[in-house]
Amino acid sequence: METFLRQEDLEAIALGAPILGTGGGGDPYIGKLIARQAMSSGRPVRLIGLREVPDRALVIASAMMGAPTVFVEKVPSGEEAVTAFLALEEFLGERAFATYSIEAGGLNSTIPIGTAAKLGIPLIDADGMGRAFPEIQMVSPTLYDIPATPMALADEKGDVVILKHTITNRWTERLARSATIDMGCSAMIALYPMTGKQAKKALIAGSISFARRIGNRLTKAWRTRADPLDAILSETKGYLAFRGKVVDLERRTERGFAQGSVKLSGIDEDKGKELVVHFQNENLIAELDGSVLVSVPDLISMVDTETSVPVTTEGLRYGLRVAVVAIPCHSKWRSAKGLEVVGPGYFGYTAPYRPVERILR
Amino acid sequence: MVYKVGIDVGGTNTDAAILDQRNRVLAKTKTPTTPDVSHGIEQALTLVLEESGTDRDAVQYCMLGTTHCVNAILERRSLNRVAVIRIGAPASKAIPPLFDWPADLREAVCHDTYLVEGGNEFDGRPIGDLNERRIRTIASELDGKVKSVAVTSIFSPVSGDHENTARDLLAEALGESVFISVSHEIATIGLLERENATVLNAALRSVSRTAVRGFRDAVTKLGLRSTLYLGQNDGTLMNVDSALRYPILTVASGPTNSIRGAAFLAGVKNSIVVDVGGTSTDIGLLKDGFPLESARPVVIGGVRTNFRMPDMLSMALGGGSRIRYRSGVTVGPDSVGYHLTKDSVVFGGSTLTATDVAVALGRCKLGDPGRMTDRSRELLKAVDAKVHGMVEDGIDKVRITPDPLPVVLVGGGSILLRNRLKGVSQVIRPEHFDVANAIGVAIAEVGADVDTILTYETSSRREGIDRTCQMAIDRAVASGADPRKTRIANVEEIPITYLPGNAVRVRVKACGALGAAS
Repeated sequence: METFLRQEDLEAIALGAPILGTGGGGDPYIGKLIARQAMSSGRPVRLIGLREVPDRALVIASAMMGAPTVFVEKVPSGEEAVTAFLALEEFLGERAFATYSIEAGGLNSTIPIGTAAKLGIPLIDADGMGRAFPEIQMVSPTLYDIPATPMALADEKGDVVILKHTITNRWTERLARSATIDMGCSAMIALYPMTGKQAKKALIAGSISFARRIGNRLTKAWRTRADPLDAILSETKGYLAFRGKVVDLERRTERGFAQGSVKLSGIDEDKGKELVVHFQNENLIAELDGSVLVSVPDLISMVDTETSVPVTTEGLRYGLRVAVVAIPCHSKWRSAKGLEVVGPGYFGYTAPYRPVERILR
Repeated sequence: MVYKVGIDVGGTNTDAAILDQRNRVLAKTKTPTTPDVSHGIEQALTLVLEESGTDRDAVQYCMLGTTHCVNAILERRSLNRVAVIRIGAPASKAIPPLFDWPADLREAVCHDTYLVEGGNEFDGRPIGDLNERRIRTIASELDGKVKSVAVTSIFSPVSGDHENTARDLLAEALGESVFISVSHEIATIGLLERENATVLNAALRSVSRTAVRGFRDAVTKLGLRSTLYLGQNDGTLMNVDSALRYPILTVASGPTNSIRGAAFLAGVKNSIVVDVGGTSTDIGLLKDGFPLESARPVVIGGVRTNFRMPDMLSMALGGGSRIRYRSGVTVGPDSVGYHLTKDSVVFGGSTLTATDVAVALGRCKLGDPGRMTDRSRELLKAVDAKVHGMVEDGIDKVRITPDPLPVVLVGGGSILLRNRLKGVSQVIRPEHFDVANAIGVAIAEVGADVDTILTYETSSRREGIDRTCQMAIDRAVASGADPRKTRIANVEEIPITYLPGNAVRVRVKACGALGAAS
């Protein structure tokens, strides 16, 4: 089954993706506009299932790397993503059959759509996270020992960098991060080249249509005056973990990441309780009255209680009233290796991971 | 004695209030808004001057809050055509200027768009040199064709150099009569939103001149020699010079003035304002005299900006809310609205509303209370409990500390509520609330803000913040604040993800007392 993406799909993906962005991942607004512009001047984009990718075909992820704050100010020229993609193809000596999103949560959900439209290739309905994470190695292909390299980075000035080989995907993160900073903290990248066979095993299937379904359910709820939060919960099989208002907010920058915590004082049924959410770009761990309620790799998203619009960690403000939604992550992340790469331990928390559905029912 | 007059020109009414130097309200008035700006203001001014018997020479300040600019945008009326110049190419080419605008507004405003090489990185270093030759070519193309130009350069809130150079080149070629808006003086990080605000600002050239001229004419005609100020989005004031340069900064001032006016009338700075109307209730929190900001961007006429509105909790509860009872009672969410005086029971109708219940409980005298005498006491009490539960819940959701705060109760529907509310230290029903917007603008100080990115690698934190604070103070003084009485009201630092060198977003607000009459 294949479908061509329409304007409405783009809107829906941009609306649903931030729920999977768990407070980080950047606002897909600009990515959506780029894709819209590319779709109106380029070719229609086919969304294909993983199963339709031939085993021996080459697929390459297209993404933005750097600071979302820079991305909304130094908007791309529109050529960077294609430049990086073509540079990697040239280096590999092979044309890609399709592109895919490395991160369906946040702005990297819409970036590959623009690339696909410009190059006239399909977009695979899959991603490497099923959510958002802060670093390059935090993707499901890492669990299958698939390297991020060879990788290409391009900036709007015309600079192109190829990382030929790195010893681990964590090293790719380090080296690519340095290059990105010199490029002005925003670069477009092409990475994780792999075969269709590898993709079927390593990627998380259905992520793009998942984001689209969330967006569509939200729009429908607004239109029919149904409860948008119910729509999110039923579509994501998520749990309403807490309702509260922001009464304290602490932020600091460490190792280039915006870290901090937000204290929510309960409202409605949660009156009298307190939830603290720790974040590093994304929401990592939520503690109810001092004990861990939900943690990575499960998804912790906050939405405005009035509008059910997702709230990012940078958008948190005193007094803001939010509903905290906990969504089970993809099962790949729950393996021993998955937890090693993105579990609470990696982010410096000692509490063992417990799947959200065993805690919240 | 020194006096000041606050005037609020809304779509329907023009309100005015005259205050003495201790901010006591001496007189107020409400008159219909006239198509001719000046006339309506003159009428309102005349009335408050007469009623208060104030000596005209003693009116030192006049402040205007107006919906002129926002209405012009909403109605696509009297807008100037704008040449839109964006500096930063090849970056940003992926999304051309005005890309996400409604087609009719784009048509009404856009002369043409230009992308020019230049712009800066997040830390201020240039992406590349500004293409000055291109700016000159554009200027010669525009000569005699447009009266308004908007210039937006990438990362201009961090370094305004390229915008300033472009403005100088354009002004040199096009002459002083052309209105040039540069984005770093208007809005903040977020290229498209800042560009949108700058283009709208440029498009408001004629509208703002008409409004300011009307204001000035009315004041002069009455023989006042007051200094004039206009209300800004954030609840502070700017002088006429600034208002003519930055008309877009007036577009969202209404809700802020209203909530600030209410709290002021109640004599409290930290409080919760509950505005109960006929259909809905809005609840907002004031901290140190300013409303908390919403996280949502302000959208004007279909265009995204990066301005912020006060954060208000809205509930479907008002004087006209319909009451139903089957297994339990329900209040709203539907309301008879302005049909209250026809459809509600006490006014001879047959629809039971929240107001009917309030009348039956003796909370207010309206219509014919006799029409409610046969209702069961139990039902009335259940409705009353429900109404208060909703409001108390709302108040609780809005507060950010557990300490009991005073609640300021305003609006026609506030007759529904009793004077004791749970978790509230005091309920205040201020006088003169019907002209809260005019009061809100009259009591305001002059203000300005700066919102930028600092990298604490290139300079120390202290130096960076000091420099930013000085910029905010300079801006406030340029907008009419008394330099000796200008202070920093607020400094906010937000670390930015993935930026090296401890980069932080810094927002500084400066406020100052009104400058001496000039």
